[in-house]
Amino acid sequence: MKMLRMLGRSIRDAFKSVFRNFSLSLASISCITITLIIVAISIMASYNVSNFTEEIEKDLTIVAFVENSATKEEIENIKNELKNISNINQKEIKYESKSQVKQEMQTQSEIFNTVMEGWDEEDNPLKDTFQIKVKNAEEISKTAKQIEKIEKIAIVRYGEGMVDKLITAFDSIKKVTYGTVIALILVTIFLIINTIKLTIYSRKREISIMRLVGASNFTIKTPFIIEGMFLGLLGSLIPIGMIIFGYPALYDRMNGYVFTPLVNLISPTPFVYTVSLMIMIIGIIVGMIGSSSAVRKYLKV
Amino acid sequence: MDIIRLKNVKKQYKNGTTAIYDLSLNIEKGSFVFIIGGSGSGKSTLMKMLYREEKPTKGQIIVGGLNVAKLRNSKVYKLRRKLGIVFQDYRLLPKQTVYENVAFAMEVIGATKQETRVKVLKALEIVGLKNKVHSYPDQLSGGEQQRVAIARAIVNNPKMLLCDEPTGNLDPEMSIEIMKIIEKINKDWGTTVLVVTHDKEIVNKMKKQVITLKEGRLVNNKAKGTYDNENA
Repeated sequence: MKMLRMLGRSIRDAFKSVFRNFSLSLASISCITITLIIVAISIMASYNVSNFTEEIEKDLTIVAFVENSATKEEIENIKNELKNISNINQKEIKYESKSQVKQEMQTQSEIFNTVMEGWDEEDNPLKDTFQIKVKNAEEISKTAKQIEKIEKIAIVRYGEGMVDKLITAFDSIKKVTYGTVIALILVTIFLIINTIKLTIYSRKREISIMRLVGASNFTIKTPFIIEGMFLGLLGSLIPIGMIIFGYPALYDRMNGYVFTPLVNLISPTPFVYTVSLMIMIIGIIVGMIGSSSAVRKYLKV
Repeated sequence: MDIIRLKNVKKQYKNGTTAIYDLSLNIEKGSFVFIIGGSGSGKSTLMKMLYREEKPTKGQIIVGGLNVAKLRNSKVYKLRRKLGIVFQDYRLLPKQTVYENVAFAMEVIGATKQETRVKVLKALEIVGLKNKVHSYPDQLSGGEQQRVAIARAIVNNPKMLLCDEPTGNLDPEMSIEIMKIIEKINKDWGTTVLVVTHDKEIVNKMKKQVITLKEGRLVNNKAKGTYDNENA
């Protein structure tokens, strides 16, 4: 009961002090707002980059050619063995017999069509193929080697070299964007701690009086922490507005892609709400950390 | 029974100056004590150690059963709740009304609204400011502000009232009025009162126990003392 009463008071005091020290609150809020806007932009950018790289990675396909001598049972065996390889996406194992491959190639090009027309089942030089997609693109070369070991598999191709380079490049892009986001969040915390320290410095006297009349550190801290959370929440409003209205506008304007239809943007709903929620939580947590670390200094008198 | 007990207390500040050398002192419950001495005598340091703004370098200080020298920073509030402290510069919150300033001391210890109201009005009545509850500190005279500070100090019925130069900023008439209020609290409630002062007139007039410090040492402790120029 007493705890509840004190908590109620803390919340009331927190709100009161935001308005009583309005200019200082405004300083903290604008600092939080600006840094959160930057954080929001970098979060959205990094999400888009990783989304785009993942999409490309998903399209990577391993093609395994089966030896001509393979019987029907052997092909069935190969299929089962493929299913046992953990990195292979079980739903994405596609078998095409050589006549299917022939037909497909014929529809693709006029030249192929005329050349292949004369081939019948017996002298078709093409091979039966498996088209396989992997779960983790980074291990594609390892998976390809595993497939090669399966009996009656003649050749395995996945665009070696080129794909490996692409994957390494994507990996470093992802790492850089994540690093940037984390660095930005740390900078935000630092900036906000300092701004809140300034606002609390002006209330040093108030804190020392609280100590003198017998307030416990917990009692003193709580309103400041709630105030910090409230400031963080207020500071996240403008960035959230910019996310919710800005991103869909950008998306519409660019027709959903950057430069080429290959590089797709993430569609706005539910993405903007997820990012908004993240920004709000970051704002609140950062405000909380900022004010609690700032007030600690004055609790030693 | 002694409410304050100091044993071989020494206080040396970090910059090397020693404010108190080997001070032993007992103060009885319910007494009214003046602590006097010139500048640099250590009287303010002594006061600060009693409410643990400063820690002694050596020795033992017991205040109201609490070992102040060993009190952890996070537990200081337990000591402060037994004390009422009055300062020369009042230390009121400028943006809060008289009522809020006094109620503040009740709220931080988690009292109910009802209890707070009753006690705050009672305290303001004792200091004679019941008609100014809604004023802000800067609308009051120095004497009135000090009375608000006294009301805040006594609102929790503390065992002890520590006053550090309570009349330092006030004219003689106002000073006497303030001292009368403090004396009344001592008599009516049995609150132990310690007053650090260099106001000769008040000390001589009130005929209370007087502890004289000089250069960090106790030089005199008289039951009905006066302000002695030779010692101070």
